[in-house]
Amino acid sequence: MAPVKVFGPLLSPNVTRVILSLEEVGVEYEIVNVDFNTGEHKSPQHLQRNPFGQLPAFQDGELMLFESRAISRHVLRKYKTSEVNLLREGNTSEAALVDVWLDVEAHQYDPAIAPIIYQLIVVPMSGGTPDQKLIDESLEKMKKVLDVYEAQLSKHKYLAGDFVSLADLSHLPYTVHFMATPFASVLDSYPSVKAWVHDLLSRPAVQRVISQFPKY
Amino acid sequence: MAPMKLYGATVSWNVTRCVVALEEAGAEYQIVPIDFATAEHKSPDHLARNPFGQVPAFQDGDLHLWESRAICKYVARKHKPDLLREGNLKESAMMEVCLEVEANQYTAALNPILYQCLVSPMFGGTTDQKVVEENLEKLKKVLEVYEARLAKHKYLAGDFLSLADLNHVSVTLCLLATPHASVFDAYPHVKAWWDGLMARPSVQKVAALMKPSA
Repeated sequence: MAPVKVFGPLLSPNVTRVILSLEEVGVEYEIVNVDFNTGEHKSPQHLQRNPFGQLPAFQDGELMLFESRAISRHVLRKYKTSEVNLLREGNTSEAALVDVWLDVEAHQYDPAIAPIIYQLIVVPMSGGTPDQKLIDESLEKMKKVLDVYEAQLSKHKYLAGDFVSLADLSHLPYTVHFMATPFASVLDSYPSVKAWVHDLLSRPAVQRVISQFPKY
Repeated sequence: MAPMKLYGATVSWNVTRCVVALEEAGAEYQIVPIDFATAEHKSPDHLARNPFGQVPAFQDGDLHLWESRAICKYVARKHKPDLLREGNLKESAMMEVCLEVEANQYTAALNPILYQCLVSPMFGGTTDQKVVEENLEKLKKVLEVYEARLAKHKYLAGDFLSLADLNHVSVTLCLLATPHASVFDAYPHVKAWWDGLMARPSVQKVAALMKPSA
């Protein structure tokens, strides 16, 4: 059986999200690079894979998908095993809580954390200076979000309950980049969140992926 | 068995997104209004339902949920799983893609337009036409993709109605209340898809609910 294909660079957070899911279920995959800098993501060939010209795209046999959370759900549904059940679709309540925290990640967590990563990591890469005011505002927003996460994770080992799920893993792409910034120490005030991050980072599948990240 | 409870005001398109799903699923439910004017959404009672102090929130027995799309999925799974096609890997995968596209592409472009045209004036603010124009351009690019897709399939995920189609209804009903409803006219397959959705009794019911009271 041909390995599935993921189109886009590993370090791009939305691509990382898909790779994490593939590693968790142990499916063979191939990463096909798409060169953002040369605008390859807007080429006719890539638009066939993702009509919005974004990354990642994904191919499993004849099935061509895009949107990282949709791809991850497909992978975790199709390749789930008795040991790896990260969507909990056999249980409507558990599955619903996974869905809640996936949306919280997309609507609350990422928007608070992404500007910090962008200013500290992406802006200097093109020779710019980080906007400290924007960073400070984002840090304040992030702390309010972390207050909610701290409350949840002091009651449960993971976000959707006492079982790990896609909701937890989906936070990793942005979180790993955040941990490489000087503001990682913000987590020291949120002990349950910090423990949760370290627990996720110690998963073998996660280690296999992040060991390929450069140390900034 | 107690009816499901949906907390929030029907002026919110995130709340009515859930009402569409509840109606299509034929579920027994009750809408419990939350009064923004008195900051009820930030009250301890409401924060216990949605720790981010937003609407909607939802309760079914012991299960407390928030985030409109998570609520819609739960309602579909419980009462009308055919809307999710989870038994068919290919169909459910396409459905998941279309659910994400609604959130990340379609509604992402529509939200600022609806905010400027409908919400800002409600609070005595003005409509920022520049924001509206920028987002209309983004929306048109999305509609081009939808037009290509709907020229090949009756619905977004394939030739079957799914939650992905339904999740578009509440924001699109709001678009009709702005001066920009005609943006669909250049996309005949999108228009036909929308007209088909509008004809559904569930959508008619939600449209009536969303009309501001005289």
